[in-house]
Amino acid sequence: MIKVGGIFAAVGIAAMLASLVSPALADPDNNQLIIEGELIVTDVAAPDSSPLDHIYSGWRFRSPETQSLQMDDFENPGFVAVDAAAETWETADGSEGKSCASCHEDVSSLAGLRAELPKWDEATNKPATMENLINRCRTDRMGAEAWGWEQKEMVNMTALISLQSRGMPVNIQTDGPMAEWMEKGKDLYYTRVGQLNMSCSNCHEDNYGNQIRSDHLSQGQINGFPVYRLKWAGLGSIHRRFKGCMENIRATPFKRGSDEFIALEAYVASRGAGLAVETPSVRN
Amino acid sequence: MKKLVVAASAVLMLTVGVALADAVGPNDVAMADAVVAESLTGVAGDPAAGRDIMINRKLGNCLACHVNSEIPEQPFHGEVGPPLDGVADRWTEGELRAILVDVKQAMNPESIMPSFYSLKLGARVAEKFEGKTILGAQQVEDVLAYLMTLKEE
Ligand code: HEC
Ligand code: HEC
Repeated sequence: MIKVGGIFAAVGIAAMLASLVSPALADPDNNQLIIEGELIVTDVAAPDSSPLDHIYSGWRFRSPETQSLQMDDFENPGFVAVDAAAETWETADGSEGKSCASCHEDVSSLAGLRAELPKWDEATNKPATMENLINRCRTDRMGAEAWGWEQKEMVNMTALISLQSRGMPVNIQTDGPMAEWMEKGKDLYYTRVGQLNMSCSNCHEDNYGNQIRSDHLSQGQINGFPVYRLKWAGLGSIHRRFKGCMENIRATPFKRGSDEFIALEAYVASRGAGLAVETPSVRN
Repeated sequence: MKKLVVAASAVLMLTVGVALADAVGPNDVAMADAVVAESLTGVAGDPAAGRDIMINRKLGNCLACHVNSEIPEQPFHGEVGPPLDGVADRWTEGELRAILVDVKQAMNPESIMPSFYSLKLGARVAEKFEGKTILGAQQVEDVLAYLMTLKEE
């Protein structure tokens, strides 16, 4: 590839020097995620418990075109959902005549929540995801019907609330009562499933940075969820993505909201500890 | 019209049935020292069909993980496994058959590469694929015949 002679020699040598310090083509790129003038950290040293040295946001593996959609909130298609949820936030629903705002006032009061989910929940004696917490408000405090896991209103609301934590490092409890769930999630992460007989780790730990046909494999981090996927033409939850990956390897996926997917979510979140929340991310 | 289709597919199933009856079942393949010496079907593989299977995302989808410069018309070749260029120079036919049948037994128990003619599958296999191998015996022979054409020397 490197041409010698004339102007190409200079370019060639510069490229060679650059390649000494920059990762090879297969690795995550070196682009920086800057949104509204604020730098969002997309790679950090891995947490102690991690089998990896360094962890990267999925953003670093996307094409420059997809990346740029996430760098401008006006271009980011996920913001249509955020705006819709902002309206729902103010709208009373259910027998108690309350809206989210009746209790929480401005949604910014929930800043920091996304970064620590799923978290231990005394009321149910298991970890709670954001979907669980939202539905508890709806049924117990508003007297309204629970939303479905992937229902538009639910996904939109998780995007609005997660956005309040954008830029904050993922920081999830892994000890105490969470320890057992981390173990369970870890088991699932390393279990080979489906006719193709693969585990999450086969693709996202052993092969991140490699192309798998037209896809550039990331570490499968969840700091950007819910993400806007161009393929879905909309936002999708963490559990929807897990389900898709399991189906691709010809396995029967667990159900959204199942204990298995909650355990897997908690464990995958712990593998991304330190990465900044990026919701709503854009993916292809 | 519908009857005709049903009748035709019954005939088709019959012929497939006959072919299967002659094929070595996935649990009966004799692999020794990472070699499967005998053809799975006794019918010579068709390299052109094998090439299509390599490309087809629902069949071999080998290009998901392997670069193969003999298939330049397909845009995306993966880089999870080694390039297949010249693979027939590196391996014998019996070795390649073993790799295709069950790479985990033939090469590397931890391999990400699917075992294409094995019933040692993962947990929670989707109903549609339960008890089924990824490729049929003749399809393995077809892919093998194609791989045998990948020579550089
Ligand atoms: C056959 C390979 C393969 C397996 C096995 C696999 N995935 Fe994925 N996964 C992909 C591909 C391809 C993508 C899209 C590109 C990317 O972000 O890696 C993806 C994307 C993801 C994402 C989205 C990342 C982002 O930043 O948007 C998550 C999360 C994820 N996978 C989790 C999992 C989990 C958990 C498992 C196990 C249940 C799993 N994957 C199994 C191939 C795989
Ligand atoms: C999900 C990834 C994946 C898929 C799909 C896949 N392979 Fe592989 N293949 C690998 C890896 C990784 C290796 C290296 C062996 C190991 O795992 O240690 C390999 C090794 C091989 C080898 C040995 C090559 C050498 O030079 O050592 C051959 C031949 C081969 N594969 C052929 C195929 C064919 C033909 C198909 C499709 C019918 C296929 N593979 C599908 C990942 C894959």
